[in-house]
Amino acid sequence: MYKTFAAVFLGVSLAASGASAVTIGFSQVGDEGDWRPAFSKDMQEEAKKMGIDLKFADAQGKQEDQLKAVRAFIAQRVDAIVIAPVVVTGWDQVLKEAKRANIPVFLADRDVDVTDKSLYVTRISADFSLEGKLAGAWLAQASKGTCDVVELQGTVGSAPAIERKKGFEAVLSQFPGMKIVKTQSGDFTTEGGKKVMEAFIKATDNLKGICASFAHNDNMQLGAIQAMKEAGLKPGKDVLMVSVDYVPAMKAALAKGEANASVELRSAIGKYIYPVVTDYLKNPKELPKWIVIPSDLHVAAGN
Amino acid sequence: MTERYLPLMATVTVFLALFVTGGVLYEHFFSTLVLGHILADNAFIIIAAIGTTFVILSGGIDLSIGSMIGFVGVVMARLDTLGWHPLASAAVLLAFGLLFGAAQGYIIDFCDIQPFIITLAGLFMLRGACFMVTLDSIPIRHPFVDAFADTSIPLPGDGFLASSAIVMLVVLAGAIAIAHFTRFGTNVYAIGGDRASAVLMGVPMRRTTVMIYALGGFYSALGGVIYALYTSSGYPLAGTGNELNAIAAVVLGGTLLTGGVGMVAGTLFGGMILGLIATLIIFHGSLNGAWIMIASGVLLFLFIVVQRSLVGSFNLRRSS
Repeated sequence: MYKTFAAVFLGVSLAASGASAVTIGFSQVGDEGDWRPAFSKDMQEEAKKMGIDLKFADAQGKQEDQLKAVRAFIAQRVDAIVIAPVVVTGWDQVLKEAKRANIPVFLADRDVDVTDKSLYVTRISADFSLEGKLAGAWLAQASKGTCDVVELQGTVGSAPAIERKKGFEAVLSQFPGMKIVKTQSGDFTTEGGKKVMEAFIKATDNLKGICASFAHNDNMQLGAIQAMKEAGLKPGKDVLMVSVDYVPAMKAALAKGEANASVELRSAIGKYIYPVVTDYLKNPKELPKWIVIPSDLHVAAGN
Repeated sequence: MTERYLPLMATVTVFLALFVTGGVLYEHFFSTLVLGHILADNAFIIIAAIGTTFVILSGGIDLSIGSMIGFVGVVMARLDTLGWHPLASAAVLLAFGLLFGAAQGYIIDFCDIQPFIITLAGLFMLRGACFMVTLDSIPIRHPFVDAFADTSIPLPGDGFLASSAIVMLVVLAGAIAIAHFTRFGTNVYAIGGDRASAVLMGVPMRRTTVMIYALGGFYSALGGVIYALYTSSGYPLAGTGNELNAIAAVVLGGTLLTGGVGMVAGTLFGGMILGLIATLIIFHGSLNGAWIMIASGVLLFLFIVVQRSLVGSFNLRRSS
C-alpha cells in the first residue's frame, strides 16, 4: 500500500513538474490468458498516472511482429524500450541496434538468451522459484512440518512449472516429515487439474494420509477442488490447498474456505517497472541483471 | 498494354500514399531508417511471397510456406548445434525445399488434386516435423550469423540496407528475369490465363507444374533461411500463418488470385505495404496489435474489389 502511494505521489510530482515526458516503447507478447491482458492494461494505466508517453505494441504471439515493434521504437527515438519477449532466442541483433542508437532496453516477465548480457539493462519480473518457496513455507508452518503432499504440476518443461517445483521442494527438503508423494502435470488448466486430482483420489483411497495439495496455478487447484467435492471430500479442511496466481475465482474459494492459501502473481507491475526505467534514464548506472517483483501470500480467513 | 501495369501502379501508389501519410502523422517516420527496417523485417516474407507469385500466376496456391519457414529454421539450428556451417545447412535445406515443392507439384498434376489440399497436407507435415526436431527455440551461435547480420549498406540519411534486404532484392531481380524473360515464365502465365488453350498450345503441363511448385518450395525455404539468420535461432512455431501473409502480399501486389495476370515486382510492394501498415500502427503507439490485421484485411478487401472491377472492364472491352 505504501508503495502504491509512493508511486502515485511520484507520478503526480512528475506530472506537476511538467518536465518533457519520457517516451517508453513497450512490446508485449500478446493477449493470451487472463494474466497478460491485465498486465498490459496496468502498464497503460500506470504510464498515464506517471505522465509517461507509452508506445504500446502487441505482437500477437509472433516474434517477427515483436522485432518490427522494437525497430519501430528505435526509429521513433523513444527514450527506453521495455520488452516482454515471445521467445528467449533471436534478440542479439535488434538489441545491438538499440544499443547503437543509445536506447536502453529493459525486460519484463520472460528472460532472453543473448551472449552479451550488457545488451539489456535489467530484467524486472516475479521470481517463480520464490513463489514455490512461499507456498512451501506456508505449508510447513500450517502442517507443523509433517505433511504428505500431492502436487499438480504445470505444463511440463515450462519455466513456471520448473521453477515453482524447485522452490517448493527447496523448502520441503528442510523438513524430514514433509514429502511429495504423488505428482503429475495438469497442464495449467482447470480440466487438467480435475483429472489429475480424480486419479490421485483413486490411487490413494480417497486421499487417505494426504495432508495437502500444492498446485502450480490456481486453475488446476480449482479443478482439484471440484474433483474432491465430487468425491465427498472437504477441500480446505480434510486437505490443505495451496497454489499460485491468486485469480478472482481463487479469492472466492479462499473466502468459502475451500482453499487455504494462494501466492499472488501480480499483474499490476507497472509501478515496479517504470520507476526502474525512469531512474535509470535520470542516472544511468549498472543495475543487477534481475530485479525481483515481490510475491504476496494470501490466506483464507481463519488460517 | 498499359492495362498490364495498372495493378502494379495502384500498388505503388498505395505504398507511397501510406508512407507519406506516416511521414505527415509521425515524427521520424519519413526516413530511410524506417524504409530500411521495413525492407529488412519483411525480407523473409517477401522472398517466400515471390515464390508464391509464380504459384498464384499459374492459378494455384501454396499453403506450406509458413511451415517450411519454421522447419528450415529448426533444422538449421539443430545442425548448428552439430557443428554445421550455416551456409552448408542452408544449401541442404534449399535443396530440400526445391524437392519438397517439386513433389507437391508432381502429386498435384499426376493425381489431378487441388493444390489447396496437397499443400495443406504439406503445411501439417512440415509443422509436425518442426515439433519432431525440437519443442524449444534453439539459438544459432555460429560466428557467420553475426557476420551476416552485421553486413549492411548504408543508405542516404540514417538508414541502412540490411543483409536480409540485400538478399531479397537480388532474389527479386532473379525472379523478374525468370517470369518475364524465359520460356518457363511465359508458360506460367499461359497456364494461369487459360489452362485449356495452354494445353492446346503445347505447354508441357507436368514439367511446368512441377517446376512452379519446386520454385515455390525453394523460395519459401530461402525465406526460412533468411528468417533463421535474422533471428539467429530456430523456433518450432516460427512462420505460423505466414502463408497467408505471403498470399496477401501477392494479392496486394496486383496479382490476380485466378492466375494469368500480375507481376513479380508488385509482390515487393505488396509485402512492403503489409510491413508499412504494421509500422504505422506501432508508431501510433496506443492501438492494439489486432488493428494491424484489421487494417490489412480492409486493404486486401478493397484491392480485390478494385481488381475485380478492372478485370470486369477488360472482359467487357474484349467482348465488345
